[in-house]
Amino acid sequence: MVNLVINNAKVSVEENTSILQAAKQYNMDIPTLCYYEDLNIKSDCRVCVIEVQGKKGLVSACSTPVAEGMVVYTNSPRVLNARKTIVELILSNHDTNCTTCVKNMKCELQTLARNLGIDENRFPSVFERCDIDENNPAIVRNPNLCIKCGRCVDVCKNVQGTNVLATMGRGHTMQVAPVFNEDLNEDFCTFCGQCASVCPVGAITEKDNTDQVWNAIMDSEKHVIVQVAPAVRVSLGEEIDQVVGNIVTGKIVSAMRLLGFDRVFDTDFTADLTIIEEGNELIHRVTTGGVLPMMTSCCPGWISYAETRYPDILDHLSSCKSPQQMFGALAKSYYAEKMNLDPKHVFVVSIMPCTAKKYEAQREEMSVNGVDPDVDVVLTTRELGKMIKQMGINFNGLEEQDFDNPFGITSGAGAIFGATGGVMEAAIRTVYEVVNKKPLENLDFKDLRGLEGIKEAEVDLGGTMVKVAVAHTLANAKVLCDQIRDGKSPYAFIEIMTCPGGCIGGGGQPYGTTNKVRQERINSTYRVDANMKIRKSHENPQVTALYEDYLEKPLGKKSHHLLHTHYHDRKRK
Amino acid sequence: MIEMKLVSKRFGKINPLSIEEYIKFDGYKNLVNALSMEKTEIIEEVQHAYLRGRGGAGFPAAIKMMALAKETSEDKYIICNADEGEPGNFKDRYLMENDPHQILEGMIISAYATGATKGFIYVRGEYQKSMSLLKWSIDEAKKKGYLGKNILGKKFNFDIEVRSGAGSYVCGEEFALIESIEGNPGRTRVKPPFPTTKGLYGKPTLINNVETLATIPLIIEMGGKEFAKIGTPSSTGTKLISLSGNVKNKGVYEIPFGVPIRDVIYKLGGGIENDRKIKMVQLGGACGPIIPEYMLDMIIDFERFEEFDSKTGAGAIIVMDERFDLFDILLKIVRFFEHESCGKCTPCREGHIQLANLVIKFIERKATVKDMVSLESLARVIHQASLCGLGQTSPTAIISSLKYFRDDYLDRIEHPEKA
Repeated sequence: MVNLVINNAKVSVEENTSILQAAKQYNMDIPTLCYYEDLNIKSDCRVCVIEVQGKKGLVSACSTPVAEGMVVYTNSPRVLNARKTIVELILSNHDTNCTTCVKNMKCELQTLARNLGIDENRFPSVFERCDIDENNPAIVRNPNLCIKCGRCVDVCKNVQGTNVLATMGRGHTMQVAPVFNEDLNEDFCTFCGQCASVCPVGAITEKDNTDQVWNAIMDSEKHVIVQVAPAVRVSLGEEIDQVVGNIVTGKIVSAMRLLGFDRVFDTDFTADLTIIEEGNELIHRVTTGGVLPMMTSCCPGWISYAETRYPDILDHLSSCKSPQQMFGALAKSYYAEKMNLDPKHVFVVSIMPCTAKKYEAQREEMSVNGVDPDVDVVLTTRELGKMIKQMGINFNGLEEQDFDNPFGITSGAGAIFGATGGVMEAAIRTVYEVVNKKPLENLDFKDLRGLEGIKEAEVDLGGTMVKVAVAHTLANAKVLCDQIRDGKSPYAFIEIMTCPGGCIGGGGQPYGTTNKVRQERINSTYRVDANMKIRKSHENPQVTALYEDYLEKPLGKKSHHLLHTHYHDRKRK
Repeated sequence: MIEMKLVSKRFGKINPLSIEEYIKFDGYKNLVNALSMEKTEIIEEVQHAYLRGRGGAGFPAAIKMMALAKETSEDKYIICNADEGEPGNFKDRYLMENDPHQILEGMIISAYATGATKGFIYVRGEYQKSMSLLKWSIDEAKKKGYLGKNILGKKFNFDIEVRSGAGSYVCGEEFALIESIEGNPGRTRVKPPFPTTKGLYGKPTLINNVETLATIPLIIEMGGKEFAKIGTPSSTGTKLISLSGNVKNKGVYEIPFGVPIRDVIYKLGGGIENDRKIKMVQLGGACGPIIPEYMLDMIIDFERFEEFDSKTGAGAIIVMDERFDLFDILLKIVRFFEHESCGKCTPCREGHIQLANLVIKFIERKATVKDMVSLESLARVIHQASLCGLGQTSPTAIISSLKYFRDDYLDRIEHPEKA
């Protein structure tokens, strides 16, 4: 242990603890801006500078380890003046129209300025307006708000390994922008939105589509239906009252009805359907000598990554559409027929934890009639929170209601799609029983759960032990992809999710997602599963009914048309 | 004579292209001697010499060498920092162009003593001639067996590669330099870890200035204790001074530490052109303090310079006569740093443009007392809170001028009518 003094308090912490963490352990929060839990220490913003006795300059608390006998002042006049000056400087090169900013009241810079008591800026604004990059369906990049903290670059480079965002130029005209100063585009950006998730200000956000939804709801010609992804129910509560890990499924359904949606459905249903199709595809590949390992295809960020970085392994991807798109396809065919509606009048909204889903919904293949998108609008969890606030709904006071049918009955297998390892676990629950023709005794695959980057398990399929793997984040996906490329992959089935922790850590989830928060959301996800009456996709009676009624059989002709898709080589030539 | 030509003893006397002439003039003799010494003995000599870094910061060279020597990594690097970008400094260029082998010899001895496996010389992009000379000299040294495998029959392999800068000032900062060699934009890294623990390509790395490395053979030759007798107690040995500005004889001069600045200007530089009066002298380069004429009796010495809180030890003396205006000079300096700031940390990135705006107010005689307070406060914040040496030293000129030329500031505030 190392003993030191922080603001006259005697403190004892473990070796290599930063001054920032040491102070935090003793209930003293040093303000930060570029610092983000779980990311690299950048020490760029200099907001956390503090005074160490005997040192001439000020040091950053985030990057300086404690030392025996150190005497630290985190709030001396010199420190306070420096900290204030630094924030004033940031504000002098920032679009400070805070009330009309998308991050108003959620902005870390705004909070910091308020906490430091900055009531005037000594420095005149040198801010020069530049163009907003909004030429893609998912992410808006507003350089006018960027404070160059480097979090997004860190996430893009080190967590995802995608290297789309970088710092450009130098001095006070330095910019954080896509490499070679291009717009963010589908050529190289996967639209995972992790950059938006960590941005302390409003410089990178999801594209706001709430107006389109309001307009559709108010359009009497349109039958507006909504689907809610599994990961949303364990995180929306944070958007409302900042409590992490609450399961708010029933309240979401109530809120949706108040918002004016005609029907409220559960994406968990098409997650179950995905398992039936994907599970059968796996069995088919294994039994007919098809391309293995098969890789999951429900994550659009991963699909973009594979298409742009690993076009040579696209035949490993399951041809199954994602649950969102299976839902959209069924909504505009089966559902419209069943409800006697002109599919043109069915307007499909998705609530997703994800920004890449906005891109996925606009892909050409994702259209049953070849003209209109199957999913009309995708909203993130945050955008749903916004609509609930716009409407003035007292969310916590709502009663819990059930989803509508025919996409309302779901299984625990569908529910765990939101967590890393969940799709794999759901698939094994079904594939095991189909192949071995006996019930699976233990449904919980603990080896596949949690925040470990790459996880493995072995499953007995018809007497053969088969290896499966799960990866989250694209940097981890790369490891498994390279193995395949080199012909060294030992696996039969691989699950990939782009975002850390899976969809529960998606780019469209409430701000402040850290590993602690991810773990809470994961815990809630498995609680949802454990409390379900049905926990295996193939035991979902509505799924069975759907096949009997309409689809006929897994991997059949109709399934092929509605539920499966194909991929393109999008590598830059 | 004030001059003492030790490191520059061969300047003009040998053909820098000729390794034979270097060898004839005692060249590589010290390497041969060093290779017969214990590695720790070499570092001890440097320690006895109390050699301090010649790049400006004045960090004791032996401490860095010991830090590298105790690292057990298979790959260890030595970098010669020849990114001489500080305005007013040109002594490293003189060293490279007049006696390149001396630098190589210093690097090879340092590598042997510390167990370094590979050396890099990172040369300022504009110094094309220096680069060609170094490359040529490296090839010559290889042919003679001073570089390469089993140097002079010893189980000691070492090679040196020349890398070019691309015009960025901040790449003289050790971590920005390392990033640049690695192929990244020149932006510093967070310390700790320091380069001797985790430097180039994540390996332990010793970075020294050209002049520091060129002094190593001299220390082997004289012995550390003899070397330490030259100069002052806190600053031993000699220093190359880049003298420029309005002096009659501009150039590089080698002097022992302890010589008054006035003597350098008048005895070596021959005084001021047209015998004008001196308005101000900037020490060290753009990042150094600006002092008035009455302070010129101060001696050149690390300890003495430390009171300016700046890296003034690179040895530049820039003389400006009475025709020059303090605020014009300050604006040029601030603009230089505004341009050269890498943009990584806030104070440096956003601060310089605001410093410039404030200095312009003084130039236009529109400044108020509040502006002077803001200027001083901002300069101090940039100095204290910036991440790397660039921002930490860039406001030195302003801070020192506020101290020594306060009347100039007050005149601008009190007499707006003179505008």
